Amino acid sequence: MTTATAPAIHITGLEKSYKKLHVLRGVDLDVERGTIVALLGSNGAGKTTIIKALSTLLTTDAGSASVNGFDVKADAADVRESISLTGQFAAVDEILTGRENLVLIARLRHQADPGTIADDLLERFSLTDAGKRRVATYSGGMRRRLDIAMSLIGHPSVIFLDEPTTGLDPEARIEVWNSVKELAAGGTTVLLTTQYLEEAEHLADRIAILHEGRIIVNGTLAELKELLPPAKVEYIEKQPTLEDVFFALVGRKEAK
Amino acid sequence: MTTHFVGDTAVLTGRSLRHILRSPDTIITTAVMPIAFLLLFVFVFGGAIDTGDVPYVNYLLPGILLITIASGIAYTSYRLFLDLQTGIFERFQSMPIARSSVLWAHVLTSLVANFISLAVVMVVALVIGFRSGAGVLAWLAVVAILALFTLALTWLAVIAGLSAKSVDGASAFSYPLIFLPFISSAFVPTDSMPGPVRWFAENQPVTSIVNSIRHLLMEQSVGIDLWIALAWCGGILVVAFILAMVVYRRRIS
Repeated sequence: MTTATAPAIHITGLEKSYKKLHVLRGVDLDVERGTIVALLGSNGAGKTTIIKALSTLLTTDAGSASVNGFDVKADAADVRESISLTGQFAAVDEILTGRENLVLIARLRHQADPGTIADDLLERFSLTDAGKRRVATYSGGMRRRLDIAMSLIGHPSVIFLDEPTTGLDPEARIEVWNSVKELAAGGTTVLLTTQYLEEAEHLADRIAILHEGRIIVNGTLAELKELLPPAKVEYIEKQPTLEDVFFALVGRKEAK
Repeated sequence: MTTHFVGDTAVLTGRSLRHILRSPDTIITTAVMPIAFLLLFVFVFGGAIDTGDVPYVNYLLPGILLITIASGIAYTSYRLFLDLQTGIFERFQSMPIARSSVLWAHVLTSLVANFISLAVVMVVALVIGFRSGAGVLAWLAVVAILALFTLALTWLAVIAGLSAKSVDGASAFSYPLIFLPFISSAFVPTDSMPGPVRWFAENQPVTSIVNSIRHLLMEQSVGIDLWIALAWCGGILVVAFILAMVVYRRRIS
């Protein structure tokens, strides 16, 4: 643990091919501790490949990556101790109840009091009533919340969220966003992938764009905006967005 | 890594046992087909099959037990395949656990589930007249052979579960295994079969295993069959385990 000052994630020259498909062609990326970084890219750009490499789920062809100061190849066990992965599909056990899912993960993370941890998280993610029901009966948003709650067990310092809101309705998306913000507020480093530009804009401290196997830009939203010519001032009538309409009609949980 | 192996395996085994408890249909469907065969052969075909002075139900049961196991292990590949599909396999693999315990939990669950199915089949056999005067040691030997056979086939099921592309593919591999006892000494004595079929029947693993169990239950001397049976089970177990590990390594790296 000599690495308190090292970046939470440090990637240099990472390359990966699947057969002839050269997905990652030299990815460089640093993520500072306690920040939320969004990895943007179109489908098939290699976002999930990066997440899997960082989660020690696949071996890369060249370059290196470290998480929390541990090399993903040499110190894979230490990396797994430092991270939590929330994959592209809510990886929850449908046959178990929400509470049992949490207890399962707490046991596997060798926590002292799995039952209390589960109850606390159920409450924090507004799942207390649903906790006794099988996950098969949950809505998409509830599954994702449970999924994220499971990732928090054992207080990993780095959390990977692979397309956390894909397939969710707008309300559920905002619930997930709020959970993610809460995480970062607690000092956790979050690397999330998304195809939704709005999501990156809304959540991330920094945004990295992955294109054709490389990170082509990496900066804050303001920095990215400066890449374009200065905004022209035009006067236009402000139309409500569909989202504004939707929430006005449904009348719940305004996005902040 | 290995420090948590026992604990992690226990936790994950508890998880998949809970799956079985919540969908007991997997036990029922495993046991239904062998029981149907048992009834069909004992009450319909059995009268026409000459097994000397051994009651046909006693003759038939060992083969039925093997069919039970062959159909039961398909659920192991099914459950493993679902774990891979839902992403929970990757979640486990990205956690600080002894990684291989994910597989071992499925293997232990297979043992438990198959023995419950075997017990159900045994009860039906007892009801329709199966009797054995075998002693405790002989019964223990039978249980050990069945456990070894289950383990060997379960590791085959692990290979299928890890490499399947669809749910159907994950369980289809077990069909030939279910069929194998039909071309063995399980249903009829092999001396009635024509040359090449008889040769195959007498030299495939099921015959030696069936003969060993049958002799143990009928209080006869087991002889060389037992060693052949153990060699087959042990051999399949070792080969399947090594192949499963190769497939597994490829899957997680």
